[in-house]
Amino acid sequence: MPSAAGMLAGLVLAPLLLGVTNRVKAWFAGRHGQPLLQPYRDIARLMRKGAVYSPTTTWVFRAGPLVSVAAGIVALVLLPLGGSRALMTFSGDFMLLFYLLGTARFFVVLAALDTGSAFEGMGASREVAFSALAEPALLLAMAALVRATGTRSLSGAMGKVWSDVWVPSMPVAVLVASALAVVLLAENARIPFDDPNTHLELTMIHEVMVLDHSGPDFGLVLYGSALKGWIFAGLLAGVLVPVRTGNPWLDGAVTVAGIFAVAVGVGVVESSMARLRLIRVPQLLVGAGVMAALAVLLVR
Amino acid sequence: MGWEIDPILVALVLVNLLLLGASRLASCVRLVAVQGVLLGVLALLVQVGWSPWRAVLLAGGSVLLKGIVFPRLLWKALRGAEIRREMEPYVGYTLSVLLGLGMLGLTVWVGGRLRLPVPAASHLLVPVALFTMLTGLFLIIARKKAITQVLGYLVLENGIVTFGIALSHEAPLSVELGVLLDVFVAVLVMGIIIHNIREDFDHIDADRLVSLKD
Repeated sequence: MPSAAGMLAGLVLAPLLLGVTNRVKAWFAGRHGQPLLQPYRDIARLMRKGAVYSPTTTWVFRAGPLVSVAAGIVALVLLPLGGSRALMTFSGDFMLLFYLLGTARFFVVLAALDTGSAFEGMGASREVAFSALAEPALLLAMAALVRATGTRSLSGAMGKVWSDVWVPSMPVAVLVASALAVVLLAENARIPFDDPNTHLELTMIHEVMVLDHSGPDFGLVLYGSALKGWIFAGLLAGVLVPVRTGNPWLDGAVTVAGIFAVAVGVGVVESSMARLRLIRVPQLLVGAGVMAALAVLLVR
Repeated sequence: MGWEIDPILVALVLVNLLLLGASRLASCVRLVAVQGVLLGVLALLVQVGWSPWRAVLLAGGSVLLKGIVFPRLLWKALRGAEIRREMEPYVGYTLSVLLGLGMLGLTVWVGGRLRLPVPAASHLLVPVALFTMLTGLFLIIARKKAITQVLGYLVLENGIVTFGIALSHEAPLSVELGVLLDVFVAVLVMGIIIHNIREDFDHIDADRLVSLKD
C-alpha cells in the first residue's frame, strides 16, 4: 500500500518539482515568478493542441516522447522512496532502472536525429557524449551503495543507507551523494551543464533535441523529463535524508520532503552559478565518476 | 579511532585528485596549502592521545610552514618570474585524474598487503600516504614548469609525512622537526633557483632545459 502511494506521488507530483525550482529561481531574482502549478498548466495546454509532423520524419519521431514517458513510468515502479520499498523489487533491479532511463534517452535522441535537422543532431550528439560520462558515475555510486549494504536491490540498499553507510563510513555517503547530485544536474539539463531557459542558443543540449516536437508530443516530453527529474531527486534524497524509522508511510513522506528540498537546492545552484563552458562539462562529469569510484574503493 | 580521521584522509585524496585536474598555477599553490593544513589537523588528531604537547607543536609547525609560509614563497616566485598562469601539462588534465584514480586503486591494493610494524590509526592511512607520494611524483614528471616541480616535491613530502604519521610515535620529535626544516630550506632554495633560471633564460619551462649544452 505505501509503495503504491509512493509511485502515485511520483506520477502526480513530478511536474511540481519544476514549479518549485522555478519559484526558487524567481525568488532569488526578486521576481514574483510563475505559479507553482504552471508546469501542469503547460502540459494540459499542450495536450489539447494538435501536433505538426514534418514529412521527413517517420514513426521513430512519434515514438520518442511516448517511449520516454513509458520508460519513466516503469522506472517509477522500481524507485524506492527512502526506507519505503518500491512497488517491485528484485535482485539487480537498479540496473533495470538505469537502463530504462537509458532507453528513454535513446529514443529521445533517435527522435531528434529523425528530424534530419543539423541543429538537433548536434544536441543529440552532445546529449549522448555527456550521458556516456554521467552513466559510469551513476553506476559506480550505486555500486558503492550496494557494496556497503551487501544487498543487491535498490530498495534493500536504500533501506540500509543509515545503518550500513552513514554510520560506519560517513565519507562514502557524502561522496555518493555528491556524485549523484552532479549526475542529477547533468541528466536533467540544469545549470552548470545546460541552461533550461535558453531555446535558441548554440550551447544548449537537451532543449535543442525537442525543438521539433509540438502539441501532445511536446507535453509528453515535458512530463517525461519531469519524471526523470523525480527519479534522480528520489535517488539523491534517499541517500541524503537517511531517516529510517521502519514505518514506510513516515519514511516515504520524509523522502518526498527531501525530494522537494533537492528541487529547492537545484534552484539555489541555478541562481548562484553560471553555466560551465562546454569544454569544462566533461571534466566535472569525470570528477563525479572519480568521486563515485573513490566511494567504491573506500567501502571495506 | 578510524571514523574521525577518515574524513580528513578522504579530503586529502580529493585534494590530490584536484591537483591532478587543476589547470591554474595559483589554484595549485592554494591546494597544496590546503593539503598542508589538512596534514596538520591529521597529525593533531592521530597523536594527541600519546603526547599532546608534541602533537600541538608538530601540527602548528606543519600548518604554519605548509599552510602559510610555503604558499607565500611560491606566490612570490610566481609573481617574480612573470610567467603564464597555466600548468602546461604533458599529460592532459582529465587523463591525469583518471590515471590518479588508477594509482589510488593500486595503492589501496598495495596498502592492503603491506605489513606494518605497528597498527596504523586507520586502514586508509597507508594507501592515502602512498597515493599522495605517487601524485607528487606524477606532478613532477607530467608538468612542464619548474615551479610545478616544486609543488610536486611538496606533495611528495606531504605523502611521506602522512606515512610518518601512521607510525608517528616511533619517530623522535627532533627527526620530524628536522624534516620540516629541510623542506623549508629546499623550498627556499628552489624559489631562488626558479628566479635565477628565469633571469637567465626568460622562461621556466623544464622541457627546454634539455637543449642545454655545456
